[in-house]
Amino acid sequence: MVEEGKKIRVLIAKLGLNGHDRGAKVVARALRDAGMEVIYTGLHQTPEQVVESALQEDVDVIGLSLLSGAHLTLFTKVMELLKKESLENIIVLAGGIIPEEDVTKLKEIGIAEIFGPGTDTKDIVEFIKKKLKKWK
Amino acid sequence: MEIADKILAGDRKAIAELITLVENNSPKAIKYLASIYPYTGKAWVIGITGPPGCGKSTLIAQLTKEYRKQGKKVGVIAIDPSSPFSGGAFLGDRVRMQEHSGDRDVFIRSMGSRGSLGGVARATSEVTKILDASGKDIVLVETLGVGQADVEIAKTALTVVVVTMPGTGDEIQAIKAGIIEIGDIFVVNKADLPGAEQVVANLEMMLAREGGWKPLVIKANALQNLGIPELVNAIQKHLEYLKESNQLAAKLKEKTRIEFMEIVKQNLTNYILEKVIAKHDFEEFVERILKRQIDPYSAAAKLIEKL
Repeated sequence: MVEEGKKIRVLIAKLGLNGHDRGAKVVARALRDAGMEVIYTGLHQTPEQVVESALQEDVDVIGLSLLSGAHLTLFTKVMELLKKESLENIIVLAGGIIPEEDVTKLKEIGIAEIFGPGTDTKDIVEFIKKKLKKWK
Repeated sequence: MEIADKILAGDRKAIAELITLVENNSPKAIKYLASIYPYTGKAWVIGITGPPGCGKSTLIAQLTKEYRKQGKKVGVIAIDPSSPFSGGAFLGDRVRMQEHSGDRDVFIRSMGSRGSLGGVARATSEVTKILDASGKDIVLVETLGVGQADVEIAKTALTVVVVTMPGTGDEIQAIKAGIIEIGDIFVVNKADLPGAEQVVANLEMMLAREGGWKPLVIKANALQNLGIPELVNAIQKHLEYLKESNQLAAKLKEKTRIEFMEIVKQNLTNYILEKVIAKHDFEEFVERILKRQIDPYSAAAKLIEKL
């Protein structure tokens, strides 16, 4: 059975005008099966709502999913707000449809990694565990 | 500023961090909980329980809206099941509470049950205290929603709202012990579905009690915001009833007694386990029990004798 102690908490958020969350749910399930507590925000969140949820839920990781093309604007806003709330230690990951040329830009604003279509969910789990070093 | 002072000042980040410490059973949490304890006891804790899919989260979102209209500050604790296999959890109650995620006077925390039975997480009672000390007037606790065994909430909440809906079974379900006995108020949600009147009638028949508080039955449609002011009203009536009948004082004393006893038991268990396991007697006994040299009942008695 499960032992008590620290648990990795992850917020999976869907930003803006984008109603497709199949990918976000697949990732959420994979993280759940890897023993993490996954909080799902639901659709159409504003950057303010995402950051406030992350704050209240005291998460270690935020996974942002976006397929609409507004990633640069919205992700930048999320990163700014996290800084404002002194939540820079939260690891932010991105997924969805992100063009190759934007990957560098997103990393520059502090997104830890971008996981595009076709990513093996195991890689996301490994990435998070390695970054947090809470688990082997 | 100490984390405890920050919580008293309503600092959201401090609230969130202390909840994590409590959930993780961190030794630091005890110290902080102790320092905020004198400032607790102001919030009205309302438990919302009922089967999965009956609309608890939606109802909580609407209740929160109603209380915010009255200028009250609201805390929400939403518990979802943790996997007994991986320990992971999918916490999805926020999805229905989206409209409040920008409101700084609403604090929503999702919790995994982390192996606890009875519909709430081990740390639930402590988390209500943190929200209470931070100045919330109302704390809404949403239980797991596994159904008939979600009765632990009655130890934490002052008012228990049991949510049900048409189509979950006939009156035989309503006669069963447990959930039906802990409710102060019953909500028949999704009352637009056929059979709602029958559910209300069954409940009213089963709930007929002699003397004391007579549980109220309310028809609602949380999605359409129908029946919500009536529910808020019913909760208020229950609160006034408890105060006027002098039952509140007795209820609070009983809660304090149960909680104190549980803490004593927990400390005692930890103390004994540390002593026993540190001495290796425990493992020795396991070996002997395994070889049928001694039975576990006599072994337990011998082990305790040694203390």
